[in-house]
Amino acid sequence: MTTEAATASSHDDHEIAHVMPLPVLFGVFATLMVLTFLTVAATWVNLGWFNLPIAMAIATVKATLVALYFMHLRYDAPFNGLAFLTALVFVALFILVTLLDTIAYKPSVDAYRDANSVSAPQ
Amino acid sequence: MSAAPDHDENHPHDLAHHFDTHRQQFDAGKLGMWIFLVTEILLFSGLFCAYVIYRANHPEIFIYAHQFLDKNLGALNTAVLIFSSLTMAWAVRAAQLEQKRALVRLLSITLACGFVFLGVKAVEYHHKWHDGLLWASQYNPKHHDSAEHNEAGHGAESDGEGLHGEEPKNVGLFFSIYFMMTGLHAVHVIAGMGAIAWVLNRARKGHFNRRYFGPVDFVGLYWHLVDLIWIYLFPLLYLIH
Amino acid sequence: MATTVDGKTADFPTDRGPLNYLNCDRGILSWAFTLDHKRIGLMYLISIMASLGLGGLFAMLIRVELAHSGQQIVDENTYNQLFTLHGAIMVFLFILPGIPAALGNFVLPIMLGAKDVAFPRLNLASYHLWVIGALFFLLALVTGGLDTGWTLYVPYAFQTDTRVLTAGVGAFILGFSSIFTGINFVATIHTLRPPGMTWFKMPLFLWALYATAIIQVLATPVLGITLLLLAAELVLGIGIFDPTKGGDPILFQHFFWFYSHPAVYIMILPAMGIMSEVIPTFSRKHIFGYRFIAYSSVAIALLGFLVWGHHMFVSSQSSLASTIFSLLTFSVSIPSAIKVFNWLATMYKGSIALDTPMLYALSFILLFGIGGLTGLFLATLSTDVQLHDTYFVVAHFHYTMVGGTLIAFMAGLHYWWPKITGRMYNEFWGRLCSIGVFAGFNLTFFPQFVMGSRGMPRRYHDFPEKFEIFHFLSSIGAFLMGLAMLGVLIYLLYSLFKGRRAPANPWGSATLEWQCSSPPPKENFAETPSVSDPYDYDHIKYDPEKNCYYRVN
Repeated sequence: MTTEAATASSHDDHEIAHVMPLPVLFGVFATLMVLTFLTVAATWVNLGWFNLPIAMAIATVKATLVALYFMHLRYDAPFNGLAFLTALVFVALFILVTLLDTIAYKPSVDAYRDANSVSAPQ
Repeated sequence: MSAAPDHDENHPHDLAHHFDTHRQQFDAGKLGMWIFLVTEILLFSGLFCAYVIYRANHPEIFIYAHQFLDKNLGALNTAVLIFSSLTMAWAVRAAQLEQKRALVRLLSITLACGFVFLGVKAVEYHHKWHDGLLWASQYNPKHHDSAEHNEAGHGAESDGEGLHGEEPKNVGLFFSIYFMMTGLHAVHVIAGMGAIAWVLNRARKGHFNRRYFGPVDFVGLYWHLVDLIWIYLFPLLYLIH
Repeated sequence: MATTVDGKTADFPTDRGPLNYLNCDRGILSWAFTLDHKRIGLMYLISIMASLGLGGLFAMLIRVELAHSGQQIVDENTYNQLFTLHGAIMVFLFILPGIPAALGNFVLPIMLGAKDVAFPRLNLASYHLWVIGALFFLLALVTGGLDTGWTLYVPYAFQTDTRVLTAGVGAFILGFSSIFTGINFVATIHTLRPPGMTWFKMPLFLWALYATAIIQVLATPVLGITLLLLAAELVLGIGIFDPTKGGDPILFQHFFWFYSHPAVYIMILPAMGIMSEVIPTFSRKHIFGYRFIAYSSVAIALLGFLVWGHHMFVSSQSSLASTIFSLLTFSVSIPSAIKVFNWLATMYKGSIALDTPMLYALSFILLFGIGGLTGLFLATLSTDVQLHDTYFVVAHFHYTMVGGTLIAFMAGLHYWWPKITGRMYNEFWGRLCSIGVFAGFNLTFFPQFVMGSRGMPRRYHDFPEKFEIFHFLSSIGAFLMGLAMLGVLIYLLYSLFKGRRAPANPWGSATLEWQCSSPPPKENFAETPSVSDPYDYDHIKYDPEKNCYYRVN
């Protein structure tokens, strides 16, 4: 490809980034497909509230596989993974604190709605 | 090291003038891309937050409304995206190993998967539009004949009835959230396809080699993130129990 | 002193090269599409100062209207638009991009001894997006204005017939501009530090910009999605924030403040970074407590995410959340106070030179101190219920945003002006105007604390007699401050044409940007400069003949 000048200069000899072996890629793909099937299959069984944690757990396993292998995080500079995890921590912070508050004030909103019989739209 | 400042003969054409080595350039680009992905995650966090708030406070809306989503199409799209992630990851490998022909093919397949995904999405949106299952202010369902709906294959749940129960208040909010989440995701798919088309073009021109394949890798990261978000959207929207 | 001549020419070139970044390329396109961080920084500088002028003009109009009770120059609706546009323009167009994108862009790579930021194209895109976002603001301004307050609170934002959508699109685009700057700074600081510059040998301004970039990256996308949902509400009626469709307007406030509270640290952290450069330089003394200042920047950035609910104490936020947020809010004062103590300790027994940047720095410490301490009153639940939405709050955040950020921006502007333009401004006028700004500012906002605590609500077009004297003093102060700012503009512009040519290092600073000529050449450094302690002034001596500093080894 690049037969132009200066390619041979001794920048750094080893690879710039890890090359993912094909068996790993295919293995991850197969696992992801199986997990997708599992998450659909889990809805065939009625486990009550427990269905949601199962679905989220499966999704998280899938997401972890994608991040570690397809996105190379396992072989990458640790800071990139740290940035990714930090994002998730802040998402959790945002959602959980807001959830905490909305759950806490919901009774007063409902009470107001009932007392004033604010009707649903349409 | 920086022994020789960049007076052009020593400075490869695919190394920007302010970097000393290809490795430095790649690491900077990769870090930049990861931080961009962080911003994308936080962009979606608002929608996930809205989802969680409404699902926690009004679960009945979600349980009722998800029956109108087609699980099979959702699962199909999940498979398509995961497959495209595989071909994308493989394309990065091909770029690193200077397998130009494989790179072009794999990127093309990835791009095609993007089109399939959008096609399926369009079919789903069309059904919703047709049935009046739209966001809050436009929510005007035409499903009062529930038998018709059963036959269309929606909501065949374990207890075998058609639509369960009374329609709760404010079902339109579910579709607001559904359209915002999948719509924003679709915008990202389109943006990702644009980016893939760009690297595909550059791959055809032979721009990439073992020291310079950053764009393929970075576009790949973006595409995987789009996949990753869908991995959560699928169970959250389609597989409510 | 025998070695000085060699040292002088090697480290601080006193002669300007024939070509620098300003004159190396000519033509408007060489500016509009430049990839040079210095030119982008300079364009940002001009743009944000124009925004400052526009926002300041609105402020003056507000103060004219409020100089006496009753209607002076505008009616109620126009008044609502004035304070909204004053706030929105100052926040989105001036303060948020002000220090990082203008001064930071110019200085950051040079402080690192690098040729540019990591992604020059992204940097240019950031500026172009800023311009587009600003155009949307102007469009909103001329097509019908905006009267929601800069916070765009729902449900009023759905009901007003002013241009919420246009302004929202503008803010969305400006958010992207800010994100791009943040990404660039993080990647640049990580990957382009020169050999020998470890994290704890970086100038503290870079730590501050790094912490700022963390917030820009983590918080700004939430503003993006908030505005997107707001736009979807206006265009489609999705109802997520609209109570008439079953939505939740308090949720909007959570979304908005999850961004906008951290955003106040986007405003103040770079200002603190400038303090950490100016104070040791003009005290001729090594910075005190380097690591504490560095860590406190990051601590402020992270703690800043935990306190957004203190803007919502009198919304229908639950008392549980309010209590938690109140408690956490107090914790932010700790790292801020650590910084102030360290600056004071740096000055202690230093050889303080009261040049213009230092006068602004001293103003900053006093005004930010007042702004920060009055914040504690507002963090306390019971007093906040009394003071919420009064002029006390207005005075508090102006003491931090103007007394903090604007004053620090002025310090940085004067400090780096010789580097940016290659000219020295008139020191006498500089000092005089800085005193004028300080006096005018206090006269404007101190009376507002008093009338706020006596119940004068913010955003009101008119007021009862008993507030007459406070409002009048406040207006006088505003004109004084405006006059002083005008003076700054005049002598800075004058310096461009008639100012003394600036030496490489006019202040005797030890950071790397003073090792290249003023103004810097296109690629900053021909060779990556050698790195030493950025606050070591023992090896920097004054040359009275040439009126500049040089390094002795």
